Amino acid sequence: MDSLNTLTQQALSAVLASGSHEELENLRVHYLGKKGILTEQLKSLGALPAAERPSAGAAINVAKVQLQEAISQRKDALDAAESARKLSAEKIDVSLPGRISGAGGLHPVSRTIERIENIFIAAGFEVVEGPEIEDDYHNFSALNIPESHPARAMHDTFYFDANTLLRTHTSTVQVRVMETGKPPFRVICPGRVYRCDSDMTHTPMFHQVEGLLIDEHVSFADLKGLIADFLKAFFEADLAVRFRPSYFPFTEPSAEVDVQCVVCKGTGCRVCKQTGWLEIMGCGMVHPKVLASSNVDPEKYSGLAFGMGVDRLTMLRYQIKDLRLLFENDMRFLRQFH
Amino acid sequence: MKFSERWLREWVNPAIGSDELKHLLTMAGLEIESSEAVAIDFSGIVVGNVLAVSQHPDADKLQVCTVSDGENQFQVVCGAPNVRAGLNVPFAKLGAKLGNELVIKKAKLRGIESFGMLCSAAELGIVEAAVGLLELPESAPVGRDVRDYLGLDDQSFEVNLTPNRGDCLGLAGLAREVAVLTRTQITPPQFKSIAQVVDEQRPVTIESPAGCPRYLGRVIRNINPHAETPLWMSEKLRRSGLRNIDPVVDITNYVLLELGQPMHAFDLAKLDGGIRIRQALANEQLVLLDGKQITLDPEVLVIADQSKVIAMAGIMGGLQSAVGPLTTDVFLESAFFSPAAIAGRARRFGLHTDAGHRYERGVDYNLPACAMDRATALLLEIAGGQPGPVTVCEAQLPATITVRLRRQRISRVLGVEISDADVESILARLGIQKTAMDGEGWHFQIPSWRFDLSIEADLIEELARVWGYDNLPVTTPAARLPLHSKPESHISVRQVKQRLASLGYQEVITYSFVDADLEAAVGEPTTPVSLANPISQDMAVMRTNLWSGLLRALKYNQNRQMTRLKMFEAGLTFINKNNVLRQDIKVGYMMWGAKNSEQWCGSNDQFDFYDLKGDIQSLLGLTLAADEFEFIADVHKALQPGQTARVVRGGQSVGWVGALHPSLHQALDIPGKVFLAELDYAALQPARIPLVEDLSRFPSVRRDLALVVANDITAASLLQELRNSAGPDLKELTLFDVYQGQNIETGKKSLALGLTFQHASRTLADADINPIIDSCIKALEAKFNAELR
Repeated sequence: MDSLNTLTQQALSAVLASGSHEELENLRVHYLGKKGILTEQLKSLGALPAAERPSAGAAINVAKVQLQEAISQRKDALDAAESARKLSAEKIDVSLPGRISGAGGLHPVSRTIERIENIFIAAGFEVVEGPEIEDDYHNFSALNIPESHPARAMHDTFYFDANTLLRTHTSTVQVRVMETGKPPFRVICPGRVYRCDSDMTHTPMFHQVEGLLIDEHVSFADLKGLIADFLKAFFEADLAVRFRPSYFPFTEPSAEVDVQCVVCKGTGCRVCKQTGWLEIMGCGMVHPKVLASSNVDPEKYSGLAFGMGVDRLTMLRYQIKDLRLLFENDMRFLRQFH
Repeated sequence: MKFSERWLREWVNPAIGSDELKHLLTMAGLEIESSEAVAIDFSGIVVGNVLAVSQHPDADKLQVCTVSDGENQFQVVCGAPNVRAGLNVPFAKLGAKLGNELVIKKAKLRGIESFGMLCSAAELGIVEAAVGLLELPESAPVGRDVRDYLGLDDQSFEVNLTPNRGDCLGLAGLAREVAVLTRTQITPPQFKSIAQVVDEQRPVTIESPAGCPRYLGRVIRNINPHAETPLWMSEKLRRSGLRNIDPVVDITNYVLLELGQPMHAFDLAKLDGGIRIRQALANEQLVLLDGKQITLDPEVLVIADQSKVIAMAGIMGGLQSAVGPLTTDVFLESAFFSPAAIAGRARRFGLHTDAGHRYERGVDYNLPACAMDRATALLLEIAGGQPGPVTVCEAQLPATITVRLRRQRISRVLGVEISDADVESILARLGIQKTAMDGEGWHFQIPSWRFDLSIEADLIEELARVWGYDNLPVTTPAARLPLHSKPESHISVRQVKQRLASLGYQEVITYSFVDADLEAAVGEPTTPVSLANPISQDMAVMRTNLWSGLLRALKYNQNRQMTRLKMFEAGLTFINKNNVLRQDIKVGYMMWGAKNSEQWCGSNDQFDFYDLKGDIQSLLGLTLAADEFEFIADVHKALQPGQTARVVRGGQSVGWVGALHPSLHQALDIPGKVFLAELDYAALQPARIPLVEDLSRFPSVRRDLALVVANDITAASLLQELRNSAGPDLKELTLFDVYQGQNIETGKKSLALGLTFQHASRTLADADINPIIDSCIKALEAKFNAELR
């Protein structure tokens, strides 16, 4: 028996010491193979007296199982070591920058228009666009701005000929909407507009979003509510809003909307010229003459309209200090938006 | 318009401070845009009387003066050229403060002690620059505080009036508003109607009755040509932004500011006979007051005498008949010209005048007589003279307007109930008189100064304005909720932009008007639409495609050390074809430079044609109908021949893709290669709505072919033929290699193709596929002379 024990111990230490699958396999063959030492011992049991055979056999089997298990464990250990080695070899520096093909993005003005659209679309407004080269009728006459009206002088219009011009506001689109559809109307009209003016705070092309809501019972109180809600949604802040009487030929009553300065929150700063207020948009109740000239019955329907400068809203939202940045297309500027 | 707060308060003086007054006017629609003090902060300056002046012993330019403050006498050294005995001047006594820094102290000037300072207008901050001391009138009370005497605790307000409020272009009108808003009484200046002293008149004939419904004229003889405008008047004019000219002109300007009535004074000696108000003749000439010569036409209303035009009516007088320093006899004009006869006329001649500004907005037609009285009274007071009778000539005056106002409309438009008493009170205070009332509402008569009121909505706006916009309620609009269907087959511009952005393109926004030369080089082959009044030459024509803007943006960024760019713009382009103007949205894009931004793991390859084409294909993928678009080799003047393709859908040309023409690279000084593309946005419509094919459960079979064809055989035609020949079981066709070089005959190329077959209901066997492949090869041999490699 001692010799079996010794043998087993030798075999187990050899298994533990084995350094590769090959070596381990050799050990298995050496001890447990068809001609292995333990296999041979089992075979030679017949040479023992019958009384000793059972216990000797059992002892050999125990040793065999013990060894098999040891081999199996060693195999797992070698596998684990092998895979650890592999993983270690494949280790990379995960802090190296990823492979990027360079992102693109939208212009901040588009981003602002999208935000404005989303706010109004959620309230059931439709987005409508129109031509930029317009006729005098849609830009002026239909909006109650007859020829020689002093308001025309304030529009600094680009002309092609006496009747054709670049639209000076997106209010043209509200005329086209009313002409071609039937009330109620709930639309917003974003787009480019043009005025013959260029300095630090004016570019000859800029962007507006015009809004129009016409239904049977629309009041100035609704206009105030809608505009205040919009400004809160746009600036994501509960800002004070005030309405000042103003004049646009196509609305009456007309109002200029001031919002509490988004930069200083009303305490006075450079952006609001120390007034605490920012002039942000014009609005009013659609003038009965405008309704009538587009075949909407002013007795039955009333409407509100508003127009806002997208570029100014963009500048305020993202603290852009120079309007001209919006049209220079400097990538160092544009890339800050994506 | 600029005006002095003190002057306004002479007319109406509510018990509120300056800031509150400004706020009140602003919130009533008369926006006070800015205000400034009419003098610097100073104290301790009194009216001083110069008693004696003697030469400083040691300085040529200094005088030693004895100055009285009414009680004591002071020795003051002064360098002003106009200092002289008897003069009244501002005298800053010891301890006087000027502005934030200067305190007057006893000083020694070249050895002579000086106890104070005599001041110029500039030192008081009344004007920017002045030569010499401010000369105060002889009547100025010596010793009186100058600030108080000149009323310098005052501000100039700049009011930004909307074009409908011509009635507020005078102190009287502004005062009327303040009175309405504060319920304060107006205290207008008192003046009398001046009776005639001489009998002289000039006949007045109105030949354009529509343009001039009322004209008043008056001769005033023997005014003193040496008279000077009094300080009180020149101060008011100054605080209203007007300069002193001479008493006659100053008086007409004063009346303009005070009452809002433009007036004109002609030099009587220069008039030939009577006055005619008529339309100008074609090509009639007039030299205006400012020396500018203009050529008139019958659209322009003029004032003429018997032989010539003497003024552009309501806008500007002529130089020849203008009053001057030698004028002793004048003819004063105070008229009502209708807005329609004046509007736009000044602008046509590049003019803008205070008179024209008011007449085109509308001046109260009942004002001329009052203004004539006021001007006559002022003239007599200041320069003397003998007035003749007032000649009045009238045609058809505007009809009185009556407007109906319905109670129910007020609450409907404003969303608030205003009591009858409030409605009547607000309108009455505005001078809008109730003429009748019935169950539904009222009839109101519009006053002659409100040219902006003619319909019900106008009165409702007045109610809202006086009620206060901030006092009106706030509600959320209620609306019906119809659902709108949006066709799924419609690709929005937003989708296009987002796809391009995710393909790595930066959106740019460039001007729609571009340089004519650049547009000629890169635009569509058509004459672009030109602006009649461009702001500059490089923004003179409307773009016909998006490339000139993209190229300019490229240059801008190249000049700022960019090494690669992918940009796009989506916007309208303008093409005039056979006199029909098309305004279509196009999507233009551009790439230039290195394929990858500089990084440790990327290649250094430059962009090529296929990068851009691949991006177009990705964009077209939005339609799920990319297979309907073809790229056909073609030529475009802006693109490099041989690297240009026209994009076609359903036989229609819908875009371009190619490399910028080498000659343009040179002309624009752009290194490297630029690739440009443009697509009609409309061509993306309609997109296909996916209708899903069943997935086959059976394995697919792939066969690869390598074919050698002549170089001029296009890949597209080969693939098309292959698809046609292979039949419905061909599910995928991949071109995975193009090879030229060793083992391939010169002038030929080898194309390697992968064909994947799959059947819906069974496994395909060689026996199925071999005949298909054979027939494909045969077809390609026949059509393209292709050889199997």
